[in-house]
Amino acid sequence: MIFLRLILTNLSRHRIRTAISVAGIAFAVAAMLTVVTILQGAVGMFSSLLSADSQIVVFERNVADLFFSSVPQSAMDAIPTWALVEHANPVLFGIVASPTQPIITCFGVTATDTRLTRATWVAGSDAAFHAAGQATGKVEDSSQGADSVVLGERAAEFLHAQLHSTIALGNGHFTVGGILRTRNGFEDGGVFMPLATAQRFFHKQGIASVVTVKLHHPSDAAAFKARLQREFPTLIALEDQEFNNSYSQFKILKATAWAVGLAGVLMGGLGVANTMIMSVFTRIREIAILRVNGFSPLQLTALILGEAAVVSFTGSVVGLGTGVLAVMVLKSVPMLHGYVDATMSPGLLLAVTALATGTGIAGALYPAAYAMRVRPVEALRFE
Amino acid sequence: MNSSMAEAKATTKEPILQAEGLTKAYENGAIPVLHGVSLQVYPQQTVALCGPSGCGKSTLLHLLGGLDAADAGEIVVRGQPLRPGRMVQNMLRHQVGFVFQLHNLLPDLTLTENCLIPTVAAGVPRAEAMERLHQLADRTGLSHRLQQRIQKLSGGERQRTALCRALMNRPSILLADEPTGALDEATSRQIFALLLELVDREGITLVMATHDRALAARCDRLLEMHDGKMMDGAGSGARTAG
Repeated sequence: MIFLRLILTNLSRHRIRTAISVAGIAFAVAAMLTVVTILQGAVGMFSSLLSADSQIVVFERNVADLFFSSVPQSAMDAIPTWALVEHANPVLFGIVASPTQPIITCFGVTATDTRLTRATWVAGSDAAFHAAGQATGKVEDSSQGADSVVLGERAAEFLHAQLHSTIALGNGHFTVGGILRTRNGFEDGGVFMPLATAQRFFHKQGIASVVTVKLHHPSDAAAFKARLQREFPTLIALEDQEFNNSYSQFKILKATAWAVGLAGVLMGGLGVANTMIMSVFTRIREIAILRVNGFSPLQLTALILGEAAVVSFTGSVVGLGTGVLAVMVLKSVPMLHGYVDATMSPGLLLAVTALATGTGIAGALYPAAYAMRVRPVEALRFE
Repeated sequence: MNSSMAEAKATTKEPILQAEGLTKAYENGAIPVLHGVSLQVYPQQTVALCGPSGCGKSTLLHLLGGLDAADAGEIVVRGQPLRPGRMVQNMLRHQVGFVFQLHNLLPDLTLTENCLIPTVAAGVPRAEAMERLHQLADRTGLSHRLQQRIQKLSGGERQRTALCRALMNRPSILLADEPTGALDEATSRQIFALLLELVDREGITLVMATHDRALAARCDRLLEMHDGKMMDGAGSGARTAG
């Protein structure tokens, strides 16, 4: 009890200094939580975009980014015919610019793609998409006529487009044949083109970026992979979870999130270290008194580290609260719809708290070591 | 204390505290403080170290209490040579209490919390520690001030608190460095009387550095130091002050 009282007394003695340290850790934790959550949301969105009503993603082996993946027409034609397969949807990813938006994601899909069939249609309908699908031959001549595309709801907002209006994408002009709402932020901010239109527009005739596959029986995944390996050795099939764990872009995003978060926590830890150094240096005499009264170096270390732990843990808790609040606010911003994954697992919260507290305690190691070396007689005589 | 009683203490028991040939210098030998000081203190004796400022009284007390290490010489406590590290730590927890001229209390804590510090260090159960504190507070007249912060105590009360703290773990040796040096004369007399009463009642051996010869005269032995040396024969016998 006295031990805890000593810890709290020391911290309350310099309230502003303590508060700044707590704020430093809190800011780091909140930043880490927010960055990780947003990037996890982005990864989750992309992942769900690929796994829409499917279990397996087929793409080109050893490709660094799915935008560069080429699945040939022969595979697109063959895979749906395999007995194991319930359905297979080819998707071509592309990036295009509009006069007001430098980057818009385009999805070249077939008319039966579940991304379209399961979406909520805000304007237009499947029929509009089917109609657009039949008018694919006009893209090359787009300066003279407009092809039909379907916009995600957010894309319609930032392109200021309505049903039947004409929009400019790249060098072409397209008629908005429909507007749909999905639960996926990427899709909501994207443009859906008929696959053939997209292939021509992006000069990738006969190519898809991926084929998403649903099997009759999920347990047939291994057999599917084996057959793909046998018949199309340049392609690879990964189950959704495998893909999430191995796709290099996801790894980079996750690593970036944790790196940014770690940098923040490290800065917070340095703040705690600074506080503890100041704390130790300004009470050398007090440390000497404790030594004279029988405190061992180990007990003094526990005292200093205990102070750091209280600061770090308090900062972590405040940071978690702030971070959760920030994520909620971001989630409610229309522009970020679908980009923020507000589901924070207990593991994530625990990891962030442990990391911040651990860093704070690590920051107190040097001050603790210094306190252990204090020679009481000198401290009492000269201070 | 009369001389026959002091001599009886000295002759009937083994020394509780011995120092042999203690030498100490600071600043890498540039400032010599002690030159071969030897001393024998017997159980329950009260010993006053007198001498001018800078003669080495405080340094000797620090060496005897293990707060500092001698450059040469040996200290034996209850028959065991004093070694730095764990032995000193255990000695500070269980065998030796310190009282300083400046009380050296933690100002942000209450009287109770300050006094409990040695018991926390020694791992004494709280109930037992509180019982001991109440006992000492009764004897020192501090019972009504237990929850006061140190900042609100008078100088005399602070020194009595320091005395309580030093005695919390029932040490057998009390080392006091000018314990009344910062107090007015009247308070000084009260505190010293209390100190003698407590060490007598608890059977504690007292070694006290002081400038006040009137106070020193009330101890069993008065040892004179000068320029880092014990005056001829002062440390070895049972010479009485009175």
